[in-house]
Amino acid sequence: MTSSETARTGPGQPSAEAYTRMDSDPRFADLRRRYRNFVFPMTVAFLAWYLLYVLCSAFARGFMNTKVVGHLNVAFFFGLLQFVSTFVIAWAYARYANSRLDPLSSELADELRGGRTGRGRPGGAA
Amino acid sequence: MNDTVLAVSENTRHTLTIGLFLVFIAITLYITVWASRHNKTAADFYAGGRSFSAFQNGLAIGGDYMSAASFLGIAGIIALFGYDGFLYSIGFLVAWLVALLLVAELMRNSGRYTMGDVLAFRMRQRPTRIAAGVSTIAVSIFYLIAQMVGAGALVALLLGIGKGETFLGLSAGAAKNATVIVVGALMIIYVIVGGMRGTTWVQIIKAGLLMTGALLMTVFVLAKFNFNPSSLLGAAADKSGKGDAFLNPGLRYGAGDWKTKVDLISLGLALVLGTAGLPHVLMRFYTVPTSRDARRSVNWAIALIGTFYLFTLALGFGAAALVGSAAIRASSPSGNTAAPQLAEELGGGAGSAGGAIFLAFIASVAFATILAVVAGLTLASSSSVAHDIYANVVRKGDVDEGSEVRVARVAAVVIGAVSIVLSVFLQNVNVAALVALAFALAASGNLPAMLYSLFWRRFNTQGATWAIYGGLGVALFLVIFSPVVSGRPTSMISDKDFSWFPLENPGVLSIPLGFFFGWLGTVLSKERDDAKFDELEVRSLTGAGAH
Repeated sequence: MTSSETARTGPGQPSAEAYTRMDSDPRFADLRRRYRNFVFPMTVAFLAWYLLYVLCSAFARGFMNTKVVGHLNVAFFFGLLQFVSTFVIAWAYARYANSRLDPLSSELADELRGGRTGRGRPGGAA
Repeated sequence: MNDTVLAVSENTRHTLTIGLFLVFIAITLYITVWASRHNKTAADFYAGGRSFSAFQNGLAIGGDYMSAASFLGIAGIIALFGYDGFLYSIGFLVAWLVALLLVAELMRNSGRYTMGDVLAFRMRQRPTRIAAGVSTIAVSIFYLIAQMVGAGALVALLLGIGKGETFLGLSAGAAKNATVIVVGALMIIYVIVGGMRGTTWVQIIKAGLLMTGALLMTVFVLAKFNFNPSSLLGAAADKSGKGDAFLNPGLRYGAGDWKTKVDLISLGLALVLGTAGLPHVLMRFYTVPTSRDARRSVNWAIALIGTFYLFTLALGFGAAALVGSAAIRASSPSGNTAAPQLAEELGGGAGSAGGAIFLAFIASVAFATILAVVAGLTLASSSSVAHDIYANVVRKGDVDEGSEVRVARVAAVVIGAVSIVLSVFLQNVNVAALVALAFALAASGNLPAMLYSLFWRRFNTQGATWAIYGGLGVALFLVIFSPVVSGRPTSMISDKDFSWFPLENPGVLSIPLGFFFGWLGTVLSKERDDAKFDELEVRSLTGAGAH
């Protein structure tokens, strides 16, 4: 069949039924909830924070032009804070995923692949 | 006399610049051949054998993403318009959070070689693959032409060929065309010989060179101002002749009535939402072994790209303070040569040996930057032609890897040739406008389809095709009737005016409409495949069944 489907029939590839069973497994529901509980609110938060910056650049010029230190104004620091928040969110997500997502997703993936234990890398080179 | 000892003629400088170009070309061609010795399977060609480490891929993502628009364009906008260039940096950086949180890992787990793999996962193959191929090629070609036109303009300027002058017997126009052809030929060679492996190494080398060059210039600039950013900004504002306004938002964007302010917001939206829909960026997630490596590589990329954009602040304001906008404008009205001019100044000024060496170095970094980006774009679009269109539509999946990769190589030659021809004809098009347009297309068509695919159970084939064609179509349509194309001295067609749409960037309308069309197409179709969504959801989150 299609090249994207050849791999699914290979050894160790879960069946369609196994995926549907796993999708209603409470542990998978837990994994999905943990993932979404982090990324959805965080996406809303950083987009809102970014839009606030863009809106201020367009409409709150008086505020943005206020000098803070020497020649450095609010707009400059607001921009730098966007960098800081991006770095912090990326770092926080990596930490969260390492401790709250990866162990559970490894466990479920191993189970789907036929009970292979250990945290082998999922998939690997095609 | 001291002057004559240190003085360097124009010719020496050109020889130096071209010499460094040639060294870079020789090294990257050697590495491409070296990397290709392992290329056997389709996964080698499309995904570099999925054998790169997270750090290597992070560097390559940076190399793929930090285009001439970033290095020359942003530094130039800051040098001429002050603070407003910073808006681009921020949008381009924050955009990576969308890719990190919502796309990178899920895509790595559920796709194989292209963006179309994820979009077509649970859809009818034929219509979805065609739509994915069309949008991949459309976005990549716009981006490609922007880079190649930029390369031509850059080289002509760096070699100092003005109107009526010649270099090696070439006029400025001929030199531009020659550059476009050389860049096009090189990118085709990188892709057909090296595939993803060769392309990735070119991008890694380029990222190293670019970071080194930008860091050196940043340190030199800051050293001139006792490492006090406030004095740098003060000096830049003084020299600009605009005073404090140079340090405030509004010299370039949103300066006029409400329309210009809406345009600013539109640009902001396209920048932040476009990245996660750029096919050549998405494809890089397949080059690492697991989704965890994909996540780590995006984190490396965020660190690298963020640091680089902080450097561009120093470069832009440094150029404004040390070179001055009059000298920059005289060389390039859009400011694209601000960074190389700053390098010459930092090295000791025009005519000095240090200036010539530093200028030649930064010019070849810019050249390397362009080559790495165009190679990535050519690879992404030729992969989509071979894998989405040829293998899954024309041959309906009944194809062996060898002939699929052969088609990809042929496609790379054809796409390369088409972009060379288009770039030669579009020599005077505004580069920044083309890049912003590519981002708007990606954000309006690809991003809605990707996000719905990954997160919305009900989403179906009609939704996917409507999102892509609707988002792309509206964005393209609005751009054609915008001031980018007609009605202004800076437009592509400056002597006619059919620009009834007032915004330069269509994002504020076309992005919501892309999402709307995706929703509408979905609910108007009865198709629904719960079992396939179960599979996609489980595979994308656990990594089971990943290629």
